[in-house]
Amino acid sequence: MTTDVDTPVRAKNTPEEEPSGAGRSERLSALAQQHGALVTLIVAMIAASLSFDTFLTGDNLENMALSSAFLAVVALGMTFVIVTGGIDLSVGSLFALGGVLAAWASRYGTVVALLLPLAVCGLIGLVNGLLIARSRLAPFIVTLASMLGARGILLSVTDEGSKTYLVDKESFFAKLGQGALLGVGVPVWITVALFVLGAVVLRRTRFGQYVYAVGGNEDAAALMGAPVARTKISVYTLSGLCAGLAGALNAAWLASGVTILGSGMELEAISAVVIGGTLLTGGFGFISGSLVGVLLLKVIQNVINQIGSLDSAYQQVVSGAFLAVVVIAQTWLGRRRRVL
Amino acid sequence: MLSVTGLSKTFPGVKALSSVDFTARAGEVHALIGENGAGKSTLIKVLTGVYQADEGEVTYDGAPVRFATPLQAQHAGISTIYQEVNLVPLMSVARNLFLGREPRGRLGLIDFRRMHRQADEALRDLGLRVDVRRPLRELGVGAQQMVALARAVSVDARVVVMDEPTSSLEPREVRTLFGVIRMLRERGIAVIYVSHRLDELYEICDAVTVLRDGKVVHTGRIAELDRLRLVALMLGREIADVRQEGLTKFAGSHDTEAEPVLEAHKLTIRHQLHDVSVSVRPGEVVGLGGLLGSGRTETAKAIAGALPTDSGHVVVAGVRVRTGSTPAAIRAGISLLPEDRKAEGIVPGLSVRENIALAALPGLSRFGLVDEARIDRIVDTFMKRLRIKAASPHQKVGELSGGNQQKVLLARWLAMQPKVLLLDEPTRGIDVGAKAEVQKLIDELADDGLGVLLISSDPEELIEGSDRVIVLKDGAVVEELTGEAVTEDRLMRAIATAPAASAVAATGTGTGPGGHDD
Repeated sequence: MTTDVDTPVRAKNTPEEEPSGAGRSERLSALAQQHGALVTLIVAMIAASLSFDTFLTGDNLENMALSSAFLAVVALGMTFVIVTGGIDLSVGSLFALGGVLAAWASRYGTVVALLLPLAVCGLIGLVNGLLIARSRLAPFIVTLASMLGARGILLSVTDEGSKTYLVDKESFFAKLGQGALLGVGVPVWITVALFVLGAVVLRRTRFGQYVYAVGGNEDAAALMGAPVARTKISVYTLSGLCAGLAGALNAAWLASGVTILGSGMELEAISAVVIGGTLLTGGFGFISGSLVGVLLLKVIQNVINQIGSLDSAYQQVVSGAFLAVVVIAQTWLGRRRRVL
Repeated sequence: MLSVTGLSKTFPGVKALSSVDFTARAGEVHALIGENGAGKSTLIKVLTGVYQADEGEVTYDGAPVRFATPLQAQHAGISTIYQEVNLVPLMSVARNLFLGREPRGRLGLIDFRRMHRQADEALRDLGLRVDVRRPLRELGVGAQQMVALARAVSVDARVVVMDEPTSSLEPREVRTLFGVIRMLRERGIAVIYVSHRLDELYEICDAVTVLRDGKVVHTGRIAELDRLRLVALMLGREIADVRQEGLTKFAGSHDTEAEPVLEAHKLTIRHQLHDVSVSVRPGEVVGLGGLLGSGRTETAKAIAGALPTDSGHVVVAGVRVRTGSTPAAIRAGISLLPEDRKAEGIVPGLSVRENIALAALPGLSRFGLVDEARIDRIVDTFMKRLRIKAASPHQKVGELSGGNQQKVLLARWLAMQPKVLLLDEPTRGIDVGAKAEVQKLIDELADDGLGVLLISSDPEELIEGSDRVIVLKDGAVVEELTGEAVTEDRLMRAIATAPAASAVAATGTGTGPGGHDD
């Protein structure tokens, strides 16, 4: 978008409603919302690299990038859902299910190994969307149910988790997870490509406008002729697809479908999206912010791991505290804007 | 252009519209007016596809039509601007303007440059200069309303329905809006204009249709209908010489020398109230008169702390009350019986006993534990005193009749031992017998020394029930009727008066003849 002009052209007939100071501080708080996470990420990375010699090494960065990639793909789908004002708790289970299905299907070739998890997870996402949009059930409950359901399918596929399917390390599918291009892992490239695509879809397509409109004011969106139900169904399907794909890529990387992965991932993804500046109440958010949010969470985890003396359980304490700060800041900024 | 014939619509228990004929012609601004429940909004909703008619025919552009959804009506060229701005506040002005029909370039991606330019042009046409890239919510309400208007007319609308478009506009913005309406009229667009502000109707409208109780009581050129006649039609009263009939039987019975128990001084809420002052003495029933939207409900809510005021203050029994806080108002002894008892009052799933005790609970509990015996005593007292007809105190309130529900609410507030009772349309929607009982109760309560502020759309109830009537118009006090002047005739004349100055929403014109300043 072009934002060349910075001087506000105010509504001629309501000058007293918008003193120039109000416009400016409104803009400042919008900037804080938009780039706060990015600034924090940069500061955190500088501090970490000054404190630990091991932080800014190729190995460490690559590890962080790879482990971020899978969460990032899940957070991508989650961003769409949260911008519509919804929530998707099923993604952690779908991530694990996608991984196991991909590992099992990898014996039939790469295409099947990718399509099977996408089909199953996409279908579950579609059912989520249908129940939420058509039957008007609460997203929280619907996706909680499918989170449990998907876990159940996962357990039955793996004989209560006792069976682990392995991926042939020489297969092309394994390369998708383990290979590298120009020194950067393939999953990272895929993630970057998906984020560019996601950003274009959200910002530059009519569908993207509907996503914002539905989250911003559902009744108004309906009165303006936006296909509210179709938009909701689409975002939950998309979220399911993203979770399935992330699971499949993760299986390729690990060369096996690990059943215990993915629990709690839905909360991690939601945290990343919210930290990235997307409003949990919907109607406002950015794809790029979610990527920054994921990276920030991973840097915090990495730093705490580097401080060997700290129990790794503190990761969650710090991540949780961070999330609380962001949400408080968002509420505060939002309230201030309403007052102005 | 758009017309209906023999239109009827029934909701469970209510006949909202019965054989209504209505025609909006191209190049004409048609006023649609009527009091609450007259059927205006139902008619609009049938015209715009939100409701389906039970009987009758809608003709659009010479052919019979049936709109199943608002979207179909919009596609056919019927645009509606709602009282509340129905846009997405977090999205930019341009995105709101073009949602669903954004100009697209290559690859089907939105061409923002073109969209911003077109949005800017569309708004400039309406005399609005804003940065279309900024979020909508940074605009004032008036400017937002103009964006909604721009959206409505830019979809090649041939009929534009405006439901109280000026209720949140500044006088200056109203002028701009009227400019746009005149432009629409010149373009041959049919405008249906709903408003309660008589001055506006006479200024901008060509034709008028008055609805009452779901029926058309008048339709014709607005210039041929004088103000007083219009008000009489709306309220369903004849302007006969009824001067002496409603003579104040209450006037002498109360001690008018007593110090006011409630004094509201110069209450002001932007766009809603202008310097409204009201005082009520113990044992006195003061009526708040005026048309719907004149600021009656807002005044009551402002006194009860349910609406934050911009300026002004409220004094109860000599003690100043913090405004904008319901708990503070309740502690001071102000109780409000709200207009919409379903949405703001009763909890239908709870029992009569629980509903009555709800507000009084904090005073009835010790260390967080509820004193059951005391509640039983209080509930019993009020059920007898207010003659609440319920099988037992444990019956669900949702199962009671409207009149008894209203009494339960009244009991709830009386259990708080208020000094002042604000009643907003206490008899709406309840049957005739129950109505008389509630009215009798109000009288008894006043006799017991309570100060009562009564709001009613029924002129008869207002006149008969009140010792004094304060008449509101466009959020300001226009007249105060006292003593022998408390008649329906005077009330209607006060409502119909043309404004002294040209300003649509001038500040209050004082408390009128015979009034007292506090």
